[in-house]
Amino acid sequence: VTRVADGLARVEGREKVSGAARYSAEHPVERVAHAFVLQATIARGEIQSVDASAALALPGVVAVLSHEGAPRLQPVDDGELAVLQAPAVAHRGQIIGAVVAESLEVAREAAGLVRFDYREEPHAVELRTDDPRLYRPDHVNPNYETDTERGDFEAGYAAAEVKLDQVYRTPAVHNNPMEPHATVAAWDGDRLTLYDSNQGSTIVRDTVARAFGLAPERVRVITHHVGGAFGQKGTPRPHAILAAMASQVTGRPVKLSITRQQMFAFVGYRTPTIQRVRLGADRSGRLTAIGHEVAEQSSTVREFAEQTAIATRMMYSAPNRRTAHRLARLDVPTPSWMRAPGECPGMFALESAMDELAIACGLDPIELRVRNEPEVDPEEDVPFSSRNLVACLREGAARFDWADRDPTPAARREGRWLVGTGMAASTYPARRRPASATVRVEASGHYTVRINATDIGTGARTALTIIAAEALDVPPDRVHVAIGDSDLPRAALAGGSMGTASWGAAVHGACRSLLAALEARDLAIPEAGLEASVDTTAEVEAQSRLSRHAFGAQFAEVRVDADTGEIRVPRLLGVFAAGRIVNPRTARSQLVGAMTMGLSMALHEESVMDPRFGDYVNHDLASYHFAANADVRDIEAVWIEEDDPHLNPMGAKGIGEIGIVGTAAAIANAVHHATGVRVRDLPIHLEKLLG
Amino acid sequence: VRPFRYASAAGPSAAVAEVARSPGAKFLGGGTNLVDLMRLGVETPDVLVDVARLPSDRVEERPDGRLHIGGAVRNSDLAAHPLVRERYPVLAQAVLAGASGQVRNLATVAGNLLQRTRCLYFQDVTKPCNKRVPGSGCPAREGDHRALAIIGHSEACVATHPSDMAVALAALDAAVGVVGPGGEREVPFVGFHRLPGDEPWRETVLEHGDLVTAIALPPLAYATRSRYRKVRDRASFAFALVSIAAALDVADGVVRSARVAFGGLAHVPWRAARAEAVLHGAPATSETFARAAQAELAEARPLRDNGFKVALARNLLVRTLSELSEAP
Repeated sequence: VTRVADGLARVEGREKVSGAARYSAEHPVERVAHAFVLQATIARGEIQSVDASAALALPGVVAVLSHEGAPRLQPVDDGELAVLQAPAVAHRGQIIGAVVAESLEVAREAAGLVRFDYREEPHAVELRTDDPRLYRPDHVNPNYETDTERGDFEAGYAAAEVKLDQVYRTPAVHNNPMEPHATVAAWDGDRLTLYDSNQGSTIVRDTVARAFGLAPERVRVITHHVGGAFGQKGTPRPHAILAAMASQVTGRPVKLSITRQQMFAFVGYRTPTIQRVRLGADRSGRLTAIGHEVAEQSSTVREFAEQTAIATRMMYSAPNRRTAHRLARLDVPTPSWMRAPGECPGMFALESAMDELAIACGLDPIELRVRNEPEVDPEEDVPFSSRNLVACLREGAARFDWADRDPTPAARREGRWLVGTGMAASTYPARRRPASATVRVEASGHYTVRINATDIGTGARTALTIIAAEALDVPPDRVHVAIGDSDLPRAALAGGSMGTASWGAAVHGACRSLLAALEARDLAIPEAGLEASVDTTAEVEAQSRLSRHAFGAQFAEVRVDADTGEIRVPRLLGVFAAGRIVNPRTARSQLVGAMTMGLSMALHEESVMDPRFGDYVNHDLASYHFAANADVRDIEAVWIEEDDPHLNPMGAKGIGEIGIVGTAAAIANAVHHATGVRVRDLPIHLEKLLG
Repeated sequence: VRPFRYASAAGPSAAVAEVARSPGAKFLGGGTNLVDLMRLGVETPDVLVDVARLPSDRVEERPDGRLHIGGAVRNSDLAAHPLVRERYPVLAQAVLAGASGQVRNLATVAGNLLQRTRCLYFQDVTKPCNKRVPGSGCPAREGDHRALAIIGHSEACVATHPSDMAVALAALDAAVGVVGPGGEREVPFVGFHRLPGDEPWRETVLEHGDLVTAIALPPLAYATRSRYRKVRDRASFAFALVSIAAALDVADGVVRSARVAFGGLAHVPWRAARAEAVLHGAPATSETFARAAQAELAEARPLRDNGFKVALARNLLVRTLSELSEAP
């Protein structure tokens, strides 16, 4: 059997580094016109009038779109996609129009000449726990229970020997993939083609078709390469609708690439959270009560309720438990998915609280976690398909020389640096969704796999090549994987760390089926080639009821300048248990990348809302800071062998998100160890550590 | 971007004549700030006169002992110049603390001095800003001003000057060589930039058509013992929250002379004259340095969210002077 043991370099690597790989905005289209988005400059109210005369008078301007005279769309379930359908303004920066011109420069200049007059209404844009708007949503993303209660939380907490009751806050943060969202839209009669940067073109195709009242097969969405997404391109975004509309109105292909500044306004972000965590334990550190109650925000146009407390439902054992989510619908842009929605902000709170509890109990933080390791999923009351958190903690402790650690805070100094170490646990669900795939072999012995998977920079194309080669028992260079086109067999999006599990199962199944057919013919390939297809819907629906999660442990060393509060992270170590790692080369880069993003979340990232204007004011990469190269020193990601037969034919759990879960808590815990200062509101800016 | 005409000039006076002719004309250096601001609609010049290719691109020692730095010298070349590294290490360090390698390769010395504030409201044409639209108001005063001024600001403006290089030049008593419609002149560096007062849009003493052609550094023997230290929100590629340029002359445990300037505190690179007065003739101890910081920061008036800059500036001054006084 072919085993691609050392992993495979990205199959499209040469194309990418040589500039030959085409991203959405780079597709050349004849007679293309350029669109520039117009955005609301009030936070709430209504457009009274539009004056486009000055813009239309500019040479090179083809059209100005606004709600006045824009084509009517069919309703879809995301209110952000009802582009230009009404004069109402739901948040500052919302799309209220577009200029289409012969060049981007002219479109942008003309955009400054379009005048909107508004009737302004008072707005509310700040998340507060005393906001009467807070309500209990019907479910949290994507379909988890909003609240859970097991045992009697209040009684259990009240009776606990050791109690911890703290509030943790995470700010709004923006995904900021390197490639801004972009769409090239072209109509041909009643057929629409989009080159669009997204995480799954099947869903973009279906949604755009519905909005324009078209049968899905009349729309084709092509997504060959994506320069990052981190959840922000998981659903169709309003600019894609706008591009299609602009093309419809002008009768020209239209290219629309949004600016970095616009990426802070209408393509999604992670909600800010305010999280109250209560932990009750006996003196030996055994948890008796776990409570995690969250306040978060969404917009008035769409309910998006981040599942912030769900990891608390399965991490640790305790008889009395409560989780709750409350949502305030504010006059803000709609938050959406950002790498590990739910687990990422939620585990900052839980894993910080566990560190505080360990100190309160006089226990090592690893030992506290080991003592509260559950035998079955504590809320679902079903077995785990596999759970190797303790193995990750032990392996990490050995690699990080944790045994030598003196737990005393603020006790180590090297020159001007206060030095500390901290750790936290990681987790992420191992999900999968139905997918279909076709594989074809030619008489030449070359194989083509067809599936509408998406490679958002993760290495999906390469992982699927490995899975196909192994299932077919041929070298990987005999396999070509065609992805990123909605005309290919239907598949779920690249999100929720389930791409490889979902697509891989279909690819594996199709390849096995083809191999069986070939074997029935004594491996003689017919002159016309041979093809096999698989749809995994029934297989996915028949999955046994188990709690399926990846786990990990993260360790951080932190240095804090005693005079200035500057923070450096010379070392991060992540140890993960995520089933079989399909391609070690791209897996390592996924995990290290996510840990880097976690470091960035801990120390840098914060979208600052100005409540008077209602927008995030630091809307560029000069003022929205994430980790620069110099902030990233030694980051190491390793994994332990894990054989889980309850997942999928590859035994893979998915690795796109777990790396960001727990990193911020590990760093905050290390900052406490270094300085004695407990920071419960991210990011950890230096003034929080200045005496 | 509003359409504009691009012009190149044969020499400084031709460039000056070209700009002086048209009230909407601007000089273009590396363009690392100006072009960004044009994209944002903050700057809307109708003519750009390229001065980055003028022959004022040399660093050389003049007979009067001053180091002459051409206005078109690229930031990277300035930081790498052996005479700068040897005689004025604070300047090389300051330049290297700014921006990124790619930006420094493009940015010019004159352009660096004249870059605009990174105040978020200044850069967003959908919001008021007295610097951009006189009389429209200053939203930063009650808004996001964590990175903005704590000293020398006005009701009209709380912006900071973003340059690192300029902080070192302030400490070194540089002079700015200017060619204008009326001829050549030299302007002392301290005083070249203006506090915002009631006219925050007037950032320097230059008039329309004035071109910065050179920076002159007077000799300062003890500048070989000088240092630039920048504190920012990440390890690289961010503007200063607070920075300090310092040079110290110590003999027998007594400060003979000192130069101190701060970045990130004010609308101008902030020469710390009060601190220098305290230092002069005093014992080189951390108590003295703390008193010097106290004297300089007594008039600080921090805003709601930037009070930490007072402590940060004080700690930086004490730490940096302590290190300089202990250095061999």
